[in-house]
Amino acid sequence: MTALVSGTIAPNFSLQAAPDKRLSLAEFRGRPVVLVFYPADWSPVCGDQLGLYNELREEFAKSNAVLLALSVDGVWCHAAFAKDRHYHFSLLADFEPKGEVARRFGVYRETDGFAERALFVLDKEGVIRWSYVSPIGVNPGADGILSALEALPGSAA
Amino acid sequence: MSLVVPVGKDDHVKGPEDAPVTLVEYGDYQCPGCGAAYPMVKAIQKHLGAKLRFVFRNMPLNEIHPNAEMAAEAAEAAGAQGKFWEMHDALYEHQDQLGPDLASALAKRLHLDVPRFEEDLGSRRFRDHVKRDFMGGVRSGVNGTPTFFIDGSRYDGMLDEQSLEGALRQRIA
Repeated sequence: MTALVSGTIAPNFSLQAAPDKRLSLAEFRGRPVVLVFYPADWSPVCGDQLGLYNELREEFAKSNAVLLALSVDGVWCHAAFAKDRHYHFSLLADFEPKGEVARRFGVYRETDGFAERALFVLDKEGVIRWSYVSPIGVNPGADGILSALEALPGSAA
Repeated sequence: MSLVVPVGKDDHVKGPEDAPVTLVEYGDYQCPGCGAAYPMVKAIQKHLGAKLRFVFRNMPLNEIHPNAEMAAEAAEAAGAQGKFWEMHDALYEHQDQLGPDLASALAKRLHLDVPRFEEDLGSRRFRDHVKRDFMGGVRSGVNGTPTFFIDGSRYDGMLDEQSLEGALRQRIA
C-alpha cells in the first residue's frame, strides 16, 4: 500500500468526531488541513506526538490550518483519550468500516489492523501538498508539517 | 533530524566550550520521562567530566503539564541571577511537589533576590525565551520530552544511562 502523493486530490470522507457529531473533510474547503493518521489511542508514542501538535495550535492557526487526527479507535475511546490529554482538536473514528479512510489514503496496515503513522498537508482546495509516512515506532514531530504549511501558495508565513 | 539552533549565548551550558562532545536536552520540568532522565544525565556528567558539554532547553508541554511553563520560567528567572543549574536541579529533585509554592520556596533556599524573582515570574519576563526554545526544538524535530541531541543530531536510541553514555563516548575520539 502506497500513501497518496502530493498533487492528488484528497478523497472526501465523513467520520464521527464525537458521539453526536460527524465531520466531513469537505467542510474545511477554503482552509489548509493537516491530517494525522496514527495507530492507536493511549499508546505512548501517539500521546507524545498528538501532545506536541496540541501545543502548536497557535502555529497552525498562523496558516489558518485545521488539524484532524484519525485512528481506528471508536468514538467513545477517542472521547476519553481527548479528555484525558486535553486535546483541542478533533479525533476522528475511522471505525466502521474499519480503517476505510486510512485505506483510501494508502496508509492502512492490513496485517496490524490499524493505520500507519502518516501525515498529510492539504491546501485550501483539498489537494495533498505534502505527505509523510513515519516508521511506525518513530514520532515524526511537527517540523515537516510546519514547513509544508509555510510552503503552501498564499501562505502568510 | 538535526538541531537548527546552534548552541549559543542564550543557552544554559554546563561543561567546557571546547568539550569533545555536546549533549543538548529539550526537557519539561513536569514530564516524568525528563524526571527519570535527570539522574541519568547527572551520572553521565560525572563519568565524562570535562569531556562533556551539556545544554538544557525548555520544551514545556503545557496542556498536559500545567506547571511546566511556570517551572521553565522559574529556572530562567534563577538563571538571570546566576543560578540556573541550581534551580534546574532543585526542580527535578522535587518534581513531585512542582508548583508556584515550590518555586518560591526554592528561590529562598537558593538565596535568590526573591522580590526580583517573583517580579520576573509575575511579568512573564522569560515567556518569550521559553517559547523560542520550544519552537527551535519543534523545528529541529523534537517530538516529545525528553529529546536529546548529540553534537547536533537527534538521539533516537534507548533512553537509559548505558545507551546514552555509549553514544556520547563514541563521539569522544
